[in-house]
Amino acid sequence: MPERSAFAPQYASIPHRDHTAELGMWVFIATEVLLFGGLVLAYFVYRHAFPQGFAAGSRHTEIVIGTANTAVLLTSSFLVAWAVEIFSPVTAKIVTWLLIAAACLGLVFIMLKGIEYSREYDEHLVPGIDFQLAGPKANGVQLFFVFYFVATAIHALHMLIGICLLITLAVICRKAPTTRHHTALHSAALYWHFVDVVWIFLFALIYLPGRSSS
Amino acid sequence: MTEWRPPFALVGAWLGLLALLALTVTLAYAPLGAANAVVALGIGTIKAMLVAAIFMELRHRSGLTLIFAGAGLFWLGILLWLGSMDFLTRT
Repeated sequence: MPERSAFAPQYASIPHRDHTAELGMWVFIATEVLLFGGLVLAYFVYRHAFPQGFAAGSRHTEIVIGTANTAVLLTSSFLVAWAVEIFSPVTAKIVTWLLIAAACLGLVFIMLKGIEYSREYDEHLVPGIDFQLAGPKANGVQLFFVFYFVATAIHALHMLIGICLLITLAVICRKAPTTRHHTALHSAALYWHFVDVVWIFLFALIYLPGRSSS
Repeated sequence: MTEWRPPFALVGAWLGLLALLALTVTLAYAPLGAANAVVALGIGTIKAMLVAAIFMELRHRSGLTLIFAGAGLFWLGILLWLGSMDFLTRT
């Protein structure tokens, strides 16, 4: 691949530069794991304290939208992994289209999330703004929805950042892609896959509990 | 021109992930009691491992990269383990 400029002086070679970039991305992902890990710990503590409320809250979520969104995200991750795998100057056009398709799936995810949020607002399930559920489980359900909105909103913010990254890389990779672009794409792909992994666990914690009981 | 085709491993992982998604949603409606949560998180962990190993290419990595990738999980383990110990053992 053509190299527009030499690698920075702190690196011994191009593979050294790429390896360092990958390690740096993993360090960043470790900090992100701890961000979402704190949220998950809070979830477990409150679910332990209010098991009935959390099961009831979970049954109020839109499992069809949640499942569709999981499939959308898994598919976009697949497209990004595909783009990384075949990246070369010859395939620049296909890589660009794969990244655009993945970004579009990301936007579909955000749109479905928006529909879900508006339905929850209509059902008066948004704590602090309009929460009107009564009964013995109400406190637990409200705590569940605090977790739900905080966790999914932080996740959606990560999605928006990821979509911007994918579109930027699609534009950059369109013409004469170099090894630098491949490294950048690889880092962005790691981030996108990580956001996918976070959603896999949020899906299991938010949508699935309490479905087998009424 | 064949270089644009996705490798078999990627297609397999993608289809496997969708199958696991269908399985986890189906099992969520099966009356398994306390095991429902274990099944949901277990399948979630398998899905995450598939993404990490194949999409994030960890199966091709060794040494330092695996240590860096595992570090996050290690800190997460300490956070969840010590953080939840009191609540799980309180009588």
